[in-house]
Amino acid sequence: MHSFTAKIFRRCALTAIVIASAAFAADTGGPAPAFTLTALSGGQTALSQYKGQVVLVNFWATWCGPCQQEMPLLDQMYKKYKPAGFTLIGVNVDKEEPAVKELLARKPVSFPVLLDPANQVSKAYHVDEMPSSVIIDRKGDIRYIHRGYRPGDENDYQDRIRQLIRE
Amino acid sequence: MDAAALRRSVSRVAVLAALLLVRATSADVLPDDRADLFYSKYSGGGMDITGESFLVRKKITENLVVEANYFVDKVSGASIDVLSQASQIKDTRKQKSGTVEYVHDKTTYSLSYINSVENDYKSNTTSFSLKQDMFGDLTTLTLGYTHTDDGVGENNGGVIAWLGHAQSIGYDVGVSQILTKNLIAGVNVNVITDNGYLANPYRSYRYLDSSNAKGYSLASQIYPDTRTSTAVQTEAKYYLPYRAAITGSYRYFTDTWGIVGNTYELDYTHPIANIWILEGRVRFYKQNSANFYSDLYNFAGQYNFMARDQNLAAGDNTTIGAKVTYAFLPDGWKMFKRATATFDVSRIEYKYTDFRNIKYYGLPQYQPGHEPLYSFNATVYQIYMSMFF
Amino acid sequence: METLPRTPLCLVPPLRCAWLAGALLLCAGCSNIQPWVKPYERDRLADPIMAWERDSVSAAYVDHVREVREGARGATGGAGGGCGCN
Repeated sequence: MHSFTAKIFRRCALTAIVIASAAFAADTGGPAPAFTLTALSGGQTALSQYKGQVVLVNFWATWCGPCQQEMPLLDQMYKKYKPAGFTLIGVNVDKEEPAVKELLARKPVSFPVLLDPANQVSKAYHVDEMPSSVIIDRKGDIRYIHRGYRPGDENDYQDRIRQLIRE
Repeated sequence: MDAAALRRSVSRVAVLAALLLVRATSADVLPDDRADLFYSKYSGGGMDITGESFLVRKKITENLVVEANYFVDKVSGASIDVLSQASQIKDTRKQKSGTVEYVHDKTTYSLSYINSVENDYKSNTTSFSLKQDMFGDLTTLTLGYTHTDDGVGENNGGVIAWLGHAQSIGYDVGVSQILTKNLIAGVNVNVITDNGYLANPYRSYRYLDSSNAKGYSLASQIYPDTRTSTAVQTEAKYYLPYRAAITGSYRYFTDTWGIVGNTYELDYTHPIANIWILEGRVRFYKQNSANFYSDLYNFAGQYNFMARDQNLAAGDNTTIGAKVTYAFLPDGWKMFKRATATFDVSRIEYKYTDFRNIKYYGLPQYQPGHEPLYSFNATVYQIYMSMFF
Repeated sequence: METLPRTPLCLVPPLRCAWLAGALLLCAGCSNIQPWVKPYERDRLADPIMAWERDSVSAAYVDHVREVREGARGATGGAGGGCGCN
C-alpha cells in the first residue's frame, strides 16, 4: 500500500516539474505579444512605442497586497534607469476603474499605467501569478518573467535591467 | 454550562483557535499585523460568563509571524444540573497562547502552544499545522496535529482535590477549493482521541431512591476513560454580484460514546462601501444522547458507565445572530492601516428531549422522571476593536 | 443503554484514508488540469468578505461557546481562497 502511494507521488512530482519547466521555456525567448491599451491618464498606448528601449511590464491589481508593496520600488527603478533607455509600464487588471484612480491618487507613481479590464493582455502574456513582471529587451523579445513579489526581488529586476541596457 | 464544562473543552477549542490562525491567512501572503481587544458575555441557563482577550500579531520578517493571545474568562452562577446540588460558583480562567508561523513558497508552517489555568483545572496544548497551496493557488490543503494534556481537579469549598489527568490527540485534514471566480468550497475532517479522566466532577447522575424526600438521589458520574470522535464539515461561500457573500455549511459528528450531531449554518455578509460590514447568521444543531447517558437511572450503579451531563443529552439548539463592523479608521491614521469596531449578538434557544428540569420541578407535583423537559435561552455578546498596522 | 462504548467502523485512522485521497487528488490533477480561475480574475475572492473567517479571536470564542454546550466538536476550520498572490 505504501510503496504504491510512493510510486504515484514520484510520478506526479516528475510530471509537475516537466510541466513547470515547459511553461517557463514557452514564454521567454519569444517576441513579446503586441498590445494597445488605454492609459489611465487618457489616450491609447502601444507597446511598440517603446521598441528600442528595455521595457518592464508589470501586471498588478488594487486588491493584490504584494503588488502594492513593490509599486514604490518599481517607481524608484523607473526614475533611476529611464535616462538609460528603460521604461516601465504598469498594466492594471482591475475590472473597475474607480478603485485604480483612488489608489493612485493616494499613492501616485510616475510610470505609465495602462488598463486591461478585459484581461486580454494578461491572457496573451500567460500571467499565472500576481504580480508578474515581464522584462523585454530592445529588440522586443521577452527575456525574463518574474512571478510574485517578495521584498528583495527588486534587486533581481535591477540586475536584469542593467544587463539588458548594456546589450 | 459550568466552569468545569467550560474548561473541559477549552484546550480543544484553544487548538481550534490555533488552527484558525492558519485558516485566516490567504494563499501565501501573511495578512496585516494586527492587535485586537475583545470582550464577550454569555448570559443564560443561570450563568453569566464574561471573556476578555487581547491579541497581537506581528511580522518579524517577511516570512515569519508571531502571535500572542491572553484570554481571561470569569464564570459566575452554575448551570442547572450543578445548581441542583451545589451553590453558586465563581471562577476565573486565564489562558495564554503563542503561535509562530513561517511561510516558504507555497507552504505555511504553524506551531502553537496554549496554556490554560484555573484553580481546579490545568491544560496545555501544543499543535502543529501545515498549509499548502497548489494547482495555481486554487486548492489549499491543510494538515494539523494537536496534543493536549489536562489536569482535572475538584474544588471542595476551597480545597482542591486533583482527580486525574486527561490527554487528547487530534488530527485535522482540510481541503479548500476555488470553484469559480465567485465560489469557494471546503471540506474539513477532524479526529480526536481522548484518554483519562473525562468526566465533569461537578455533575452527577440521579437514580430512583424512595428513601429520599425528592424520590431520587445523586451520585458521581462514571465515564469511560476513552473517547474517539470524528467530525466532517463541508462549507461553501458564494460572492453575490452586488457585493455580498453567502455561506452555507454542514457538519456531521459521531463518536464512540454513541453521539451523532448534525450542524447546519447559513451566514450572510453585506458590506456598505469600505466602512460597514453587516452580517446575519442562522444555525441549527441537533444531537442524540450518549449511550451511557440517562436522565434517571433505576438504582445506583445500574451500569458500568453512567452520566447525566447536559452535553451528552439529546436535544437541539437554534441560533440567530447579527454582527456589525464599523471601520472608524477606514484608510488608516499614522501607523494604523485600518481600525474597526465590531458588535456581535446571538440568541440561542436550547431544548432537550431527555434532560429534565429538576431544579425547579419535583415532588409532589412531578414524579421523578416526569418533570418538564429542560429548555432555556442564552444571549451572547461580543464587542471588539481591531487595529491593523 | 449500553455499558460499553461502541467502536466505530473506521477507527483505523480515517486520516490515512484522507491522506490517500489527498495523494490521489494531487496525482489526478497533476498532468492535465490548468487553473481555470486565473490569478487576475481573483478580485472577488480577494475581497475580505470572502475570507472564511476575518476575526480569529471571535471565531475561537464562538467555537468555545458551542463546544461547551454541545457534544460535537471539531472540523470548523477553513483555509485558502483570497488573492492567491505570490
